[in-house]
Amino acid sequence: MRIVVDHDKCTGLGMCEAEAPDLFEVQDDGSLVLLNETPSEDQRAAAEAAVESCPTEALSIVED
Amino acid sequence: MSERLIVVGASLAGMRAVQTARKAGFTGPLTLVGGEEHLPYDRPPLSKAYLDDDEPTHPEFPASANMAADLDLDLRMGTWATSLDGERKVLGLSTGEELDYRSVIIATGASPRTLPGSEDISGVHCLRTLDDAVAIRSALEAGARTVVIGAGFIGSEIASGARKRGLSATILEALPVPLVRSVGEEMGKACAELHLSNGTDLRCSVKVTGLESADGKVTGVTLDDGSTVPADLVVVGIGVIPNTGWLKGSGVTLDERDGAIVCDETLNAGLPGVYAAGDVARFPNKLFDGEMMRVEQWTNANEQGTLAAKNAVNPAEAQPSAAVPYFWSDWYGHRIQFVGIPQSDEIRVVSKELGEEKFLALYRRGDRLTGCISIDRPAQIMKYRRQIMQSGSWEDALAFAGVS
Repeated sequence: MRIVVDHDKCTGLGMCEAEAPDLFEVQDDGSLVLLNETPSEDQRAAAEAAVESCPTEALSIVED
Repeated sequence: MSERLIVVGASLAGMRAVQTARKAGFTGPLTLVGGEEHLPYDRPPLSKAYLDDDEPTHPEFPASANMAADLDLDLRMGTWATSLDGERKVLGLSTGEELDYRSVIIATGASPRTLPGSEDISGVHCLRTLDDAVAIRSALEAGARTVVIGAGFIGSEIASGARKRGLSATILEALPVPLVRSVGEEMGKACAELHLSNGTDLRCSVKVTGLESADGKVTGVTLDDGSTVPADLVVVGIGVIPNTGWLKGSGVTLDERDGAIVCDETLNAGLPGVYAAGDVARFPNKLFDGEMMRVEQWTNANEQGTLAAKNAVNPAEAQPSAAVPYFWSDWYGHRIQFVGIPQSDEIRVVSKELGEEKFLALYRRGDRLTGCISIDRPAQIMKYRRQIMQSGSWEDALAFAGVS
């Protein structure tokens, strides 16, 4: 499982960080940093919650 | 007995509800009823990027286009629900049809309050739907002198959009300080400052008495001091009313004040199998000691659409609503963010205490952190949201902010 951020869509609203603070962090300039691009299976629920909570649909999960 | 799940209202909460129902394993007949002709679309951009001076992006949700096939969904756009009979378990539609159901999720949202006497005058709009946004955008393109009635978030975003195009913008507000009920006095002043420093003529403590028009087109807004503010575009942003008129006599409990649907903590609307989600629902929020609240926010619609569907599909394991409200608003290139609830025992303007320019304030209730507002501090706001979500203490929040 790999998380992909569409930085053109992301505006740094931070819902993903609220859902999964181990995976996402919004920076001072509003940009999003992926703390862990390939989360473990036990982080799947948090990752999916983050993807679904994004108001700009900027996140997706890719199964490699 | 019918197995059907009907979702009434095809905006964010309704769309999340049908998606979640399937994801939660519901295999029975699933119907989505939506009053507008447009497939479900996203509303926050309508008062923001959609008004910008470039080719507008259609705000349809990417999932909308194929949702009927993807979700095996009986999709009925351009159709209004007209009645609900909780005893017979039947929903009436504007087409004259009746649909029987096992469960219903009501996500009919809210409608803007309008200005009496404005119905037959062109150039006067509210902003709720895509059609509203198209009309406002077109007026801005024509170079309209823009007057906004009500200094709330929607109106402020429209004023910001007009200024971005170099147009004149005036905001008329009845209260002495804008947004007092949403964020409190000092924070309302901080927001008002953004208008003043960006050339918007914000006039507080004024009373609108009517509209002036010529040939059916608006030409100005009249005030109680006898003056007239010239206008080609008037946008009315003075709050919304839940869309529940069609539920009178249904057995669903409606709040006396505003007609909102009164729910229990699982979003059940007081009848077997009937739930509500989004702007239309007043519910006890477990995270804030069960305080009844109605939340007109994107994140609330997103979360409650999901929760109502899970609970409708699996009522034996129904979960309570316990979310931290969150909204954002973009003005003049600045982002205002608010998490939690504004009603509080104390508000500390932390940025002032620290001598920092970018605004940050914390809200206390009892010994807990219950709210936070910031302007242009996107890295911090969600950290406070997590603290609120975890019922974090006031002391810890102050320590985190670097004040005592």
